[in-house]
Amino acid sequence: MRKKNKNKNNKNLNASWLKPYSLLQNYPLYIRSIPAEQELKFHYTVHTSLDVVDEKVSAMGKALVDQRELYLGLLYPTEDYKVYGYVTNSKVKFVMVVDSSNTALRDNEIRSMFRKLHNSYTDVMCNPFYNPGDRIHSRAFDNMVTSMMVQVC
Amino acid sequence: MEGLTLSDAEQKYYSDLFSYCDIESTKKVASNGRVVELFRAAQLPNEVVLQIMELCGATRLGYFGRSQFYIALKLVAVAQSGLPLRVESINTVKDLPLPRFGASKNEQESRHTTSYSSDTENQGSYSGVIPPPPGRVQVKKGSVSHDAVQPRTSTDQQESTSPVVSPQQSPPTSPHTWRKHNRHPSGGNNERSLAGPGPFWSPFSEAQTGSSAGDAVWSGHSPPPPQENWVSFADTPPTSTLLAMHPASVQDQTTVRTVASATTANEIRRQSSSYDDPWKITDEQRQYYVNQFKTIQPDLNGFIPGSAAKEFFTKSKLPILELSHIWELSDFDKDGALTLDEFCAAFHLVVARKNGYDLPEKLPESLMPKLIDLEDSADVGDQSGEVGYSGSPAEAPPSKSPSMPSLNQTWPELNQSSEQWETFSERSSSSQTLTQFDSNIAPADPDTAIVHPVPIRMTPSKIHMQEMELKRTGSDHTNPTSPLLVKPSDLSEENKINSSVKFVSGNTVADGYSSSDSFTSDPEQIGNAVTRQRSHSGTSPDNTAPPPPPPRPHPSHSRSSSLDMNRTFPVTTGQQQAGVVAHPPAVPPRPQPSQVPGPHVHRPVDAEGLITHTSTSPQQIPEQPNFADFSQFEVFAASNVNEEPDDEAEKHPEVLQVEKSSDPSGSLRVAKTDGRIEEKTAASAPANVGKSTTPLAPPPKPIRRRLKSEDELRPEVDEHSQKTGVLAAVLSSQPSIPRSVGKDKKAIQASIRRNKETNTVLARLNSELQQQLKDVLEERISLEVQLEQLRPFSHL
Repeated sequence: MRKKNKNKNNKNLNASWLKPYSLLQNYPLYIRSIPAEQELKFHYTVHTSLDVVDEKVSAMGKALVDQRELYLGLLYPTEDYKVYGYVTNSKVKFVMVVDSSNTALRDNEIRSMFRKLHNSYTDVMCNPFYNPGDRIHSRAFDNMVTSMMVQVC
Repeated sequence: MEGLTLSDAEQKYYSDLFSYCDIESTKKVASNGRVVELFRAAQLPNEVVLQIMELCGATRLGYFGRSQFYIALKLVAVAQSGLPLRVESINTVKDLPLPRFGASKNEQESRHTTSYSSDTENQGSYSGVIPPPPGRVQVKKGSVSHDAVQPRTSTDQQESTSPVVSPQQSPPTSPHTWRKHNRHPSGGNNERSLAGPGPFWSPFSEAQTGSSAGDAVWSGHSPPPPQENWVSFADTPPTSTLLAMHPASVQDQTTVRTVASATTANEIRRQSSSYDDPWKITDEQRQYYVNQFKTIQPDLNGFIPGSAAKEFFTKSKLPILELSHIWELSDFDKDGALTLDEFCAAFHLVVARKNGYDLPEKLPESLMPKLIDLEDSADVGDQSGEVGYSGSPAEAPPSKSPSMPSLNQTWPELNQSSEQWETFSERSSSSQTLTQFDSNIAPADPDTAIVHPVPIRMTPSKIHMQEMELKRTGSDHTNPTSPLLVKPSDLSEENKINSSVKFVSGNTVADGYSSSDSFTSDPEQIGNAVTRQRSHSGTSPDNTAPPPPPPRPHPSHSRSSSLDMNRTFPVTTGQQQAGVVAHPPAVPPRPQPSQVPGPHVHRPVDAEGLITHTSTSPQQIPEQPNFADFSQFEVFAASNVNEEPDDEAEKHPEVLQVEKSSDPSGSLRVAKTDGRIEEKTAASAPANVGKSTTPLAPPPKPIRRRLKSEDELRPEVDEHSQKTGVLAAVLSSQPSIPRSVGKDKKAIQASIRRNKETNTVLARLNSELQQQLKDVLEERISLEVQLEQLRPFSHL
């Protein structure tokens, strides 16, 4: 497939209680990318995008943090991919990097994907055996992400 | 030693064992070493072995005589069956399975070994179904079981070659694991565990014997033992001190029973059942699960919170990852709590996992919680349990299995449906919005529709009706004008004429709306038709009758009735018109005023056109694009005008009046319909040629016509002014005629109608504006996005 390292469903889930610390406590709880390679690059991209996400979150203030969180940016001319962000009420951030060449992806689709991610994440949280802050190993979650990425690809 | 009665099988078996132990071939004394070994192979707890030895008197005697040995063997069987060791039990327990001894002892009779081997082979055959090969199961058991149990379990595995196989069929291992698990919470009921597999295995071993080569001993004994087991279990459960054992025994009984019942087909069945669904929960298991559930949550209908479940399942010593996966599988509704069904499923998965089964990726159907809580009944192991979960592993009552699968099938469907339901709710909300939107539009139409009928009725004369029809048929789209045209002509004749005019105007208005609103067009047209019909029907004030399109009907009903009223009493137009005119004012100011005069000019040409315009204008108000209808109206107006010179003549004055009165109203109307009105008025003007008088009115008229066609046209020019100058003109013209009749009542009714029309118009207007607002907001959002795009670097 064309270099759609698109869906790098890179979810940086930030533990909110670590916020007080100035240093970035954001650490990824789940990372997934379609072309397995270049994951490191995406990792870097997502990490840098966290700054923008934080900026947006602080800017939005009381505005609805969810749903409306659509981050379209980081359009590097070279790499040409888009980064979308999504923040939950618990300050867990979902970052999605998609290939810009995939113009078929519309805002609504991105939103729906984030919504699905959010739902799956809540399901993971419902699992008493899951400790918030752990890396997500849920198979259901993986399946959902895979299906989403395949669908977009 | 009390007398020991042994069955033939037992006798033979015991003698074999004795000879085995009688290494010294004394025929009298069994070597202690061998005996001990044998007993150890029986996988009984040490204390049980000691107890047996004491009971049989060997301790006393210091050696194992044949009788002692036999007694000991019997006691071993008793112990393995899970029965309390009592001296009396030797003879009291009639149907006792042969004591089993682990295969670890190769010194076991060759029979055993052969049987084991055969069983292993059999196991291998089932391995496809059951992941963990016997050895693995053994290993697992060994690893999990406690010390005392470990050797026993392993021996169990070995000795019960057939038992090993049985796991493959159904969760045979589950009893093991289950027992092991039980041990965790209950501190390990070794005996129970042993007893479970023992009898459990016997049936299988028996079935196996068929396949096994040299399992003569077993084969011979297996059929009876299972039944015996079953019988014995039936007796023992109440007496057994080991509560945990009951489920096992019950389970075994069931298993045994089932196996025994299907001896011939056992293997096949086992295989089939195992292939069908290795995840089925037996009654005994379910009973056990339910009991465990009760320990955590006394209310069977209640939930086990996640934390409690976590603690409970953590005791099973499975890795957290696996427990997490089990939870994902079993928590069907994803609520963080376990219902009884979910708990049983989770427990079953844990048991299976402990037995070495791999966790499925998806919850097996047999484990899916039923949508209907059948297991609410405490007596799980019964039908309810069956319903929820497949019955006994292999042959669970066929009736039950079908029911279960059906339930399981329904569950996923229901689950899916639930998901769909969720989505549907979203959709429904959206649909609701749509409907609301439609409803907003609907009133608009009904108004016109209502308006239409009124005039018609007012003018019972066929002329009106004909005119209406003509106008209608002529151009539905141009109805606004046509009806108006027609109506004016009608009105000219009589009150009815006025009403018809109004009707026409109303129709036209409606049409205007339709033109403006695609969806409204139809209703309008229909409404027009309806009105026409009504006109035909005449009298019946319920214009509502015809209203074809749903949205229309309701409002139209009211309107039609009101319209009728107007018609009934000779549209005291003058007053009403004024009133009509007054109503429109509410309409937001539109650039109409400037245009109003224009239309007025034209009006004289086409009174009808004016009417139509007025009728259309209100329609236009909501939607300017529909303004195009005016041209049609014009045509109609012209045509219609020609048709009724009389009406025209009458209309002229009316129009004129309307014009006058409509000027202010026209302005209002114009405001309402903006350019549309103007156009309409212009169109109506020419259309109104025949009618004359109302050329100026047309623009507002169409709109108004839609709203209150008849009413406004006739009774109240004022109303017209509100909606469309044309309407006002028409109304004024019309009222002139009815006024002649001078019926206050009608006037009042007409005013009411007009008010309603106004309301409708305003509602339409509101909806339009809201839509525009949405559009603007969307544009704004898009612009904002673009802006962000343009300056992403600011964030970098």
